[in-house]
Amino acid sequence: MEIQDIIRPENKVYSAPELLDQNVHMHYCPGCSHGVIHKLLAEVIAEMGLAEKTVGVSPVGCAVFAYNYIDVDWVEAAHGRAPAVATAISRLWPEDVVFTYQGDGDMSAIGTAESIHAANRGENIVMVFVNNAIYGMTGGQMAPTTLVGQKTATTPYGRRVDLNGHPLEITNLMAILDGTCYVTRQSVHTPANVRKTKAALKKAFQNALDKKGTSVVEVVATCNSGWKMSPEKANEWMAEHMFAKYPLGDLKDVK
Amino acid sequence: MAKIKGAVTVNVERCKGCNLCVVACPTDTLSLQANEVNDRGYHYAYMSNPDACIGCCSCALVCPDACIEVYRVKVD
Repeated sequence: MEIQDIIRPENKVYSAPELLDQNVHMHYCPGCSHGVIHKLLAEVIAEMGLAEKTVGVSPVGCAVFAYNYIDVDWVEAAHGRAPAVATAISRLWPEDVVFTYQGDGDMSAIGTAESIHAANRGENIVMVFVNNAIYGMTGGQMAPTTLVGQKTATTPYGRRVDLNGHPLEITNLMAILDGTCYVTRQSVHTPANVRKTKAALKKAFQNALDKKGTSVVEVVATCNSGWKMSPEKANEWMAEHMFAKYPLGDLKDVK
Repeated sequence: MAKIKGAVTVNVERCKGCNLCVVACPTDTLSLQANEVNDRGYHYAYMSNPDACIGCCSCALVCPDACIEVYRVKVD
């Protein structure tokens, strides 16, 4: 059988999500995990039929231009204030599904207060937290989630506990709050993990539809440019080092 | 026994040559172009061994730029 006979519309089993604008070139570095997470969000929103009633809140960080890529309504928040903006939107538009898309600088550094209090109030929002253990956009400085011993632009000899403190597991903090209904930690470095992350996002959006409270989906991600590695080496490094500190799986799932 | 044959298309101009699809492919179907580049100068992915493709979608799932589409047929 020739390739032309296989490549026919009736045989198509996987295509790019419609909500992800194919004509807009994503600015992310080659191999960046953000692209996969954008793709999964676009797929989940389309499959659940929520394209017309979803509002995203984009952060400050690498994902600041997320509103250019996924064709739903978006609001750009000040740095770290995405959960506060999302709180307002979800209270004013209770029928809409509101999600925030935040990096580790946005959620676990400048926006810690907003994130924890939005989760503690049990706001009916979905928080997508992309944890790549580094400040990617500003040039690879240490983030609160940077691992002990990890080299960054501001910790060239590795992060030291006596000087820089311990890595912050903010997702674990969210899990002990009564306002959260679903807290999970996933990854997108293999096809199986991509499928699991998609299922987790679907569940989080369903929770928002069911008005169950705050859902937090952490995605342990790579920043191959910041880590100074090739994309596949970054995935290997993440599996070897990041998962020891940030183990994958559900932290909380209220029935 | 029915055999599965697959094929992929790559949106060449969107591909950034990150190599993640090549690593994810279980049948070594894909490679990056050694000499050819797209308009942005990236060595884009292509099917170097198209007969091996089983249409499993692994490449498309891990592709960060959503530039891979997958086709699959059953051959009797």
